[in-house]
Amino acid sequence: MNVYLDNNATTMVDPQVFAEMEPYFVEKYGNPNSLHSFASQTHPGIKVAMEKIYAGINANHKDSVIITSCATESNNWVLKSIYFEYILTGKKNHIMVSEVEHPSVIATARWIESMGCKVTYLPINHEGIVDVQAVRDNITDKTALVSVMWANNETGAIFPVEEIGDICEEHGVLFHTDAVQAIGKLPVNVQGFNVDYLTFSAHKFHGPKGVGALYIKKGKELMPLLHGGSQMGGYRSGTLNVPGIVGMGKAIEAAVDALDFEMTEIRELRDDFEDELLKIEDTFVVTPRNKRTPNTILISFRGIEGESMLWDLNRAGIGASTGSACASEDLEANSVMEAIGAAEDLAHTAIRFSLSRYTTEEELEYTLDVVKKAVERLRGISSSYAYAPEGHESGLDAHHH
Amino acid sequence: MGIDSLIGGTIWDEYSNKVTDLMNNPQNMGEITQEQADEMGAKLIVADFGAESCGDAVRLYWAVDPKTDKILLSKFKSFGCGTAIASSDTMAELCKDKTVDEAVKITNIDVELAMRDTPDTPAVPPQKMHCSVMAYDVIKKAAAQYKGVDMESFEEEVIVCECARVTLSTLQEVIRLNDLTTVEQIADYTKAGAFCKSCIRPGGHEEKDIYLIDLLEEYEKEKLAGKASLGNDAAPAGDFAGMTIVQRIKAVDKVVDENIRQMLVMDGGDMEILDIKENGENFDIYIRYLGACSGCASSATGTLFAIENILKEKLSDKIRVLPI
Repeated sequence: MNVYLDNNATTMVDPQVFAEMEPYFVEKYGNPNSLHSFASQTHPGIKVAMEKIYAGINANHKDSVIITSCATESNNWVLKSIYFEYILTGKKNHIMVSEVEHPSVIATARWIESMGCKVTYLPINHEGIVDVQAVRDNITDKTALVSVMWANNETGAIFPVEEIGDICEEHGVLFHTDAVQAIGKLPVNVQGFNVDYLTFSAHKFHGPKGVGALYIKKGKELMPLLHGGSQMGGYRSGTLNVPGIVGMGKAIEAAVDALDFEMTEIRELRDDFEDELLKIEDTFVVTPRNKRTPNTILISFRGIEGESMLWDLNRAGIGASTGSACASEDLEANSVMEAIGAAEDLAHTAIRFSLSRYTTEEELEYTLDVVKKAVERLRGISSSYAYAPEGHESGLDAHHH
Repeated sequence: MGIDSLIGGTIWDEYSNKVTDLMNNPQNMGEITQEQADEMGAKLIVADFGAESCGDAVRLYWAVDPKTDKILLSKFKSFGCGTAIASSDTMAELCKDKTVDEAVKITNIDVELAMRDTPDTPAVPPQKMHCSVMAYDVIKKAAAQYKGVDMESFEEEVIVCECARVTLSTLQEVIRLNDLTTVEQIADYTKAGAFCKSCIRPGGHEEKDIYLIDLLEEYEKEKLAGKASLGNDAAPAGDFAGMTIVQRIKAVDKVVDENIRQMLVMDGGDMEILDIKENGENFDIYIRYLGACSGCASSATGTLFAIENILKEKLSDKIRVLPI
């Protein structure tokens, strides 16, 4: 049995979405900006898709939702535009981001910092949730932007974006949220709170890869990201990704339609699965359930290094994820585990299971069975549970690491 | 850059079959209890290295024959990734039937080599070499415990890059001889810094005493100091003596370029410096004449004296020039 439980990384394209996209490769391939019927036959599909994308986040027609190539591009665009328009010109000198943002925000913030801007990295509390008080404490009239994700990719922790939006509004500071993990998991309504920019990406909600978007509130326009042929109102030049836009439109419509199902049925599946996992000794889950997206579990299995667990899961056909050191290029531990101040010895033991609306009860039963066997095998190998003679100095000393 | 660096592969694809097999079925995984050791008439050694908070930890068990110092039984337990488990297993295997003194000579590189499927293909991807270092460290810890000495006593040299086991003195020498200026060059010449990258600069996975960037900076400073003294025309002879070999060659090159070459080229000739050797208190500079100079009568007399005198005046009166 193959079970995909890494839906926070990417998702399967919904077959209906794929079907909608298909005519735009071989039949309706015209460049929408040309003057002939090859071009114009793409227009109805694009228009319908853009309407769906606007509706998916309840954006006003006067606002802009610019289609980009991915969420990373959208995030870079916001931060770099703020840098060029506010920091470089000397109007402002400060931005804030949470310490557990996606690398596309963190790495861009670090670049801006290297260019001489002050950057506050907002801490998260023991529940893995960003501290609103830190926003209040650090905001000044020289703050240009606050960027805080709506939901965290590792833990699923939902961040208080409404409150942060209010604080920003009070101080006349721009507010951006990376909502990549929110669409299709939480109700997203950009008119329901103070938000100036919002990032999302199709492949996280059963749409195609290579299509992202950035919501820009009217009056908060950014500098153009890509200069060129003035597509996307001149904000983001480049030939339109017609099949991608059509796919994103259908995908967000389907995701919003399935939101109730996700928030009830999938949540219940997740909760039951989590209950069973927690029956295994020496486990703990980061962030209380009611403060998480309905599909995500970040669980620590004491004594089992994350990559080892993925190894055993993968051998049984199960795809999950770990932020553990050994599975990454840079050998660093899960940043969220470190940020919440989890016991040091657990930093490398976290496994993330992320469900989707396609996940079934049978798949989770099978996974649970595999996890139990893996825990038994790997704890059998682990030095954490190993024999030591009497008087042995428990010298698992933190050497020069 | 290039095509290989453009798409990330999974690290597991780069594991050898041996690593995969050992991760799936470790052969020497287990414990040795005090009772078992007593039955064998052996001394039980239990050594730990690493920590879960660092991402890898290993406990090594040895049953050692106190009369022969031979390791009769060797077992391990490990908290870590596939590479850590497979290398701990291989390490425990390599310890078997060796004396404690022989076992101490096993390095992480031996462990990695033993896990290769074919001699030319690494057993693990570069960033995972780090995970095999622990297998080596724990042996030293066990041996130190057996002998009742400090584990540092097994390391004669300062190791800067543990993954590739490159010593401080090797690095300093290679940097100077090849005039290296970047960490990428160091990796190309020595493999240091090519694996877990902790030794390149602070902020990596491990904290180090010495980083590669420190060594490059040190060499850069030395070069600047060398140049400063060259800029001074009346440089005292002592400076030339205090230079490294590379600095000497460069200093001689500079004087030849600025004061000698022009004179030779005007006559259709040229020269090159072959070597500089210390001969007692003298510095013998071996040169080769090129073009019209080779075979010219004065090249062994007048021209030679001129070259020698200029070098003596500019650098050191202990210089002798020997044409080959």
